[in-house]
Amino acid sequence: MLNYTIRRLLLAIPTLLFIALVIFLLLELAPGDPMANVPLTVPPEVKEKMRIALGLDQPTHVRFLRWLQQFFWVEPLHMLDTLFGTSWAEGQQRIISWQSRSPVMDIVWQRMPQTLWVVGLSYVLGALIAVPVGVISAYRQYSFIDQLGTFISMIGFSVPTFFTGVLMIVIFSVHLGWFPSIYDTTLVVNDWESFTKQIRQMIMPVSVLALYNAAQISRFMRASMLDNLNQDYVRTARAKGLREKTVVLVHVLRNSMIPVVTVIALGVPQVFGGAIITEQVFKVNGLGQLLITAIQANDLPMVQTLTFIFAILIVVFNLIADLLYGVLDPRIRYD
Amino acid sequence: MKLKSMLMGAAASAAFASAAFAGRGDDGHLNIIFWQAPSIMNPYLSGGTKELFAASMVIEPLARYDENGNMVPWLAQEIPTVENGGVSEDLKSITWKLKPGLKWSDGTPVTSEDVKFTWEYCTADGGGCAQQEKFGNVASIDTPDELTVVVHFEVPKPFPYGPFVGAQAPIIQKAQFENCMGPKAPECSEQNFAPVGTGPFVVTEFRPNDVISLKANENYREADKPAFATVTFKGGGDATAAARSVLETGEFDYAWNLQLAPDVLQKMQEAGKGKVVSSFGTLVERIMINLTDPDSKWGDERSTVKHPHPFLTDKAVRKALSMAIDRPLLVEIGYGPAGKLTCNVLPAPEIYASKANDSCLEQDIEGAKKVLDDAGWKPGPDGVRVKDGVRLSILYQTSTNAVRQDFQALIKEWWKQIGVETELRNIDASVFFGSDPGSPDTFQKFYADVEMYANNFDGTDPEAYMSNWRCDQIPGPDNQWQGNNMPRYCNPEYDKLTEEMAKTGELEKRAELAKQMNDMLMQDYIMLPLVYRGNVSAHSNSLGGVKINAWDSELWNIADWHRVK
Amino acid sequence: MTDHSADPGFEEAARPPRSQWRDVWDQFKTHKGALLGAGFFLFVVVAVMIGPWLWPIPYDAIDIRARNQGPSLAHPFGTDQLGRDMLARMLKGGQTSVAVGIAAMALSLFFGTLVGVLAGYFKRLDGPLMRFTDLFLALPLLPLLLVIIMLFRDPLRAAFGPETGIFILIVFVIGITSWMQTARIVRGDVLALKEREFVLAARSIGTPDRRMITRHLLPNVLSPIMVSATLGIANAIITESALSFLGLGFPSDFPTWGRLLFDATDYLQQYPERVIWPGLAISLTVLAVNYIGDGLRDALDPRIRGR
Repeated sequence: MLNYTIRRLLLAIPTLLFIALVIFLLLELAPGDPMANVPLTVPPEVKEKMRIALGLDQPTHVRFLRWLQQFFWVEPLHMLDTLFGTSWAEGQQRIISWQSRSPVMDIVWQRMPQTLWVVGLSYVLGALIAVPVGVISAYRQYSFIDQLGTFISMIGFSVPTFFTGVLMIVIFSVHLGWFPSIYDTTLVVNDWESFTKQIRQMIMPVSVLALYNAAQISRFMRASMLDNLNQDYVRTARAKGLREKTVVLVHVLRNSMIPVVTVIALGVPQVFGGAIITEQVFKVNGLGQLLITAIQANDLPMVQTLTFIFAILIVVFNLIADLLYGVLDPRIRYD
Repeated sequence: MKLKSMLMGAAASAAFASAAFAGRGDDGHLNIIFWQAPSIMNPYLSGGTKELFAASMVIEPLARYDENGNMVPWLAQEIPTVENGGVSEDLKSITWKLKPGLKWSDGTPVTSEDVKFTWEYCTADGGGCAQQEKFGNVASIDTPDELTVVVHFEVPKPFPYGPFVGAQAPIIQKAQFENCMGPKAPECSEQNFAPVGTGPFVVTEFRPNDVISLKANENYREADKPAFATVTFKGGGDATAAARSVLETGEFDYAWNLQLAPDVLQKMQEAGKGKVVSSFGTLVERIMINLTDPDSKWGDERSTVKHPHPFLTDKAVRKALSMAIDRPLLVEIGYGPAGKLTCNVLPAPEIYASKANDSCLEQDIEGAKKVLDDAGWKPGPDGVRVKDGVRLSILYQTSTNAVRQDFQALIKEWWKQIGVETELRNIDASVFFGSDPGSPDTFQKFYADVEMYANNFDGTDPEAYMSNWRCDQIPGPDNQWQGNNMPRYCNPEYDKLTEEMAKTGELEKRAELAKQMNDMLMQDYIMLPLVYRGNVSAHSNSLGGVKINAWDSELWNIADWHRVK
Repeated sequence: MTDHSADPGFEEAARPPRSQWRDVWDQFKTHKGALLGAGFFLFVVVAVMIGPWLWPIPYDAIDIRARNQGPSLAHPFGTDQLGRDMLARMLKGGQTSVAVGIAAMALSLFFGTLVGVLAGYFKRLDGPLMRFTDLFLALPLLPLLLVIIMLFRDPLRAAFGPETGIFILIVFVIGITSWMQTARIVRGDVLALKEREFVLAARSIGTPDRRMITRHLLPNVLSPIMVSATLGIANAIITESALSFLGLGFPSDFPTWGRLLFDATDYLQQYPERVIWPGLAISLTVLAVNYIGDGLRDALDPRIRGR
């Protein structure tokens, strides 16, 4: 297992470099212009000068290599500097966003708290709801609970968040006035009052997202449980006189986790990718909003950096999922 | 003379306003929402409207435009004119006098050096300043004393109010930006996020594309202003959500740019928490007609002057297309009170607005059919008109936006009635308005038969705007598709008029020329004006002092905003 | 050996007179939800296929005087902000949405299952195929779409006409951007299945790879595939609406359910019924597909079928 892990980690480096190159070329090829949001009253010559000031006149490979150097060398050095107060990265150009002319990583860190609070929490909640719902639905297949679960999760998945979000705002913010419709990212939680305020502003986005996530995970959980409940080993286990609880929650659940682990591992990077529509509807301004505004403004350094961080997470979490398969089902061997 | 009486009026109203409320910071907190979030506070590094407006709370120009489009002195004592000697007789220099005793928010005095520095900053090589146009033709700037700035131009400038006027060209502090010139500009994120200014507010925290926190400027020149102690300037979401937060939930006090269907806004306003306000500048939604052939068979020469359009070069067709449009209905459906009827691309200011084309206000389907019949376009078996094997089949493109898509559907229907077939296409705004020479979908490349968008000009002088349709402004591969003459219109007579305007100083004469140009464009039907659009914003009922302004930043008088009790 | 009944082949051999599909159908019939779902789905398909022929008002006829009307006899579903008949638009929109949903789902399932089975079964292919999957997962969707549209829109439009061309493009775009999850799930299951006794047994008697996959592995990963299919249809219908909103999909006057829902969201308070029709149509269709999937899964599982 250890061998396998090390090999995979080593293999991840060329994979990620290749992904970085593909992303970069894709962004180069994509139509778009960082000057698109500049009003039409600004003449084209001036826009051309602004493009040159962004370094857009340099050849593609030079810009790619510079980005690589900044991402893998300058940014880690800078991180060490802020952690230990050293000054290794002094005077070296960091990755600069074209929109705000400020270091990309600073903005990414700034967006972390709200992203984790809202998107992260909703994912955890979604998974925590989905697993028991999936187990019960499968165990009592076609019972009332199962039918209800199916119905709710289908609605949760098939009605898009741009609609459920707006519906919740109209009901709970406009008519009832219970929750704020706009998320305050500057809120500092330091006492009971600010904590309740934070909860109030989180309830709507978190529940919309959690419903969506739970819907998806619970369907896979249920299907996988159903497959396993009818296997012979379950009969054997029962025949051995094991308690029903042990049979279902230890043997069947463990064997049914593989698809669920896959789905969750695919979902965790998504947390850091943000939830574009939900963030937009509730004005959370997390990483998803950062990415979409950067794409709309054609802020290539920002898009490239965000997507690449996302790529790292995908590679890492898929590796974790692969390792977990081995834990869940020791018969799976990679060597 | 008119200017003077107006100045008196402005001074008087300012005095009156200051008497109306108590003192600086007494009204507590102000919440503003801009659904397109500002990413920087330095308007010289981003030409975007959202950034201009956000920055206008902090940094200010020498003079700006009020809500009626009149120039008012801001950091300057008065507006220099030829009459008061501020502008030289040969129109080659202008002398500004700063108000005495002005202070930056850090307490240091504002001097003419700062003004001069602003020019140097924007014109420095490699800085990519977005407002270079404002400083066009400036030869040098003299600072004879601490309060006097003399701007010398290379050529006579009939309209010398480019530099340091309006939200696009505010004064920045030399001490702060000295080390941020040219290529160093991007390294100065601290300065760019929290510029030291003379305005009523100071940035306390700036989060790009998210939220700006501001507090009242201790050193603001009027002791009892601003009325608000702190401001939260929130970004993100969409126009509907922003409108809702002011009009329905009352969480915010001011929301900007609410381009929504009029009945949606109307319904929200009925909640009784706030009201919708609009102001009219020079923005006209229009259809541009491509006089060149966009057919893909021409390869790289698509939509270039080498290949004239098979049927849109026929003036009768263009005229019929215009006659078939029901403009009052478009205004009603798309904009409501935020739109006005117009038959001009130059709808304002008043003295420039022509009345010669007003026949377009009424839809005339039968007339349009007749025009086409007379020109020899006969309906084919499928109802689409044909002449010499050429079918009247149009590809109609625009940017993605709910109102624009409704307009497309309506216009397609009307054109169908006169026997013109239309295919619709909408393109993401960041691609459409981008000028990536690699993309086929930009509005400059114009790989379609007609396209729709809105355009306007800064301030009140239309000279630069009207020269958009000169022959040398035609976009094409030779100029990397940079150029504003989207219809590819080329008329030597029109070019002559623009040259004449550049030489004319007298206002009435300039207006006459501008009208003449406008009429020429309209009567050639190369552009079909649809709606004269206003800017729409909303403010809560408890917010007083808002004077929405289409000629300058909407937040231009934020120092006078206060809480209505 | 105990698990031999998992193999439909044995079943067939044991009871030659009854065909396997008859068994499947008999079992499917006993599943009430599945029958209901299948009935509804059939109804939707028939309605959107022949509905636009029967309903006299064309989907793009603008009657500006009759705009924003509630349900009435002339317009059973009301009219939109331009006075277009909502029933006609729902029918026409259903045509596109259902077609895009099914086609894109099928394409993504095909890709996903193919990659997943190959990666899970053949150890040599596992590394490259999964790194390829990682790459696709990491690509930013929006720029990718912009590039695809830029490269292929005009050639497809020229070859197939504007509507079919865009249809092919959209199905392709949604298909190739949504297969990764299915691939990873199928691979995970195959990895586990591969070590199970019945597979070892089948291998020990020299079953060729192709038969191993089609006979032994695929039937056993059917249930996650069915779930992916249900989620995939919903996903495709919603993604299509996002695409046309971005200007990357069908022309703006061309209705689809997703787009109707999106456009109506702004009018949620004034004209709630306008949101309800497309919302209901999408949800019910997805629900129906889900029940069909459930029924099929049960019917195809010989362990359940016997009971």
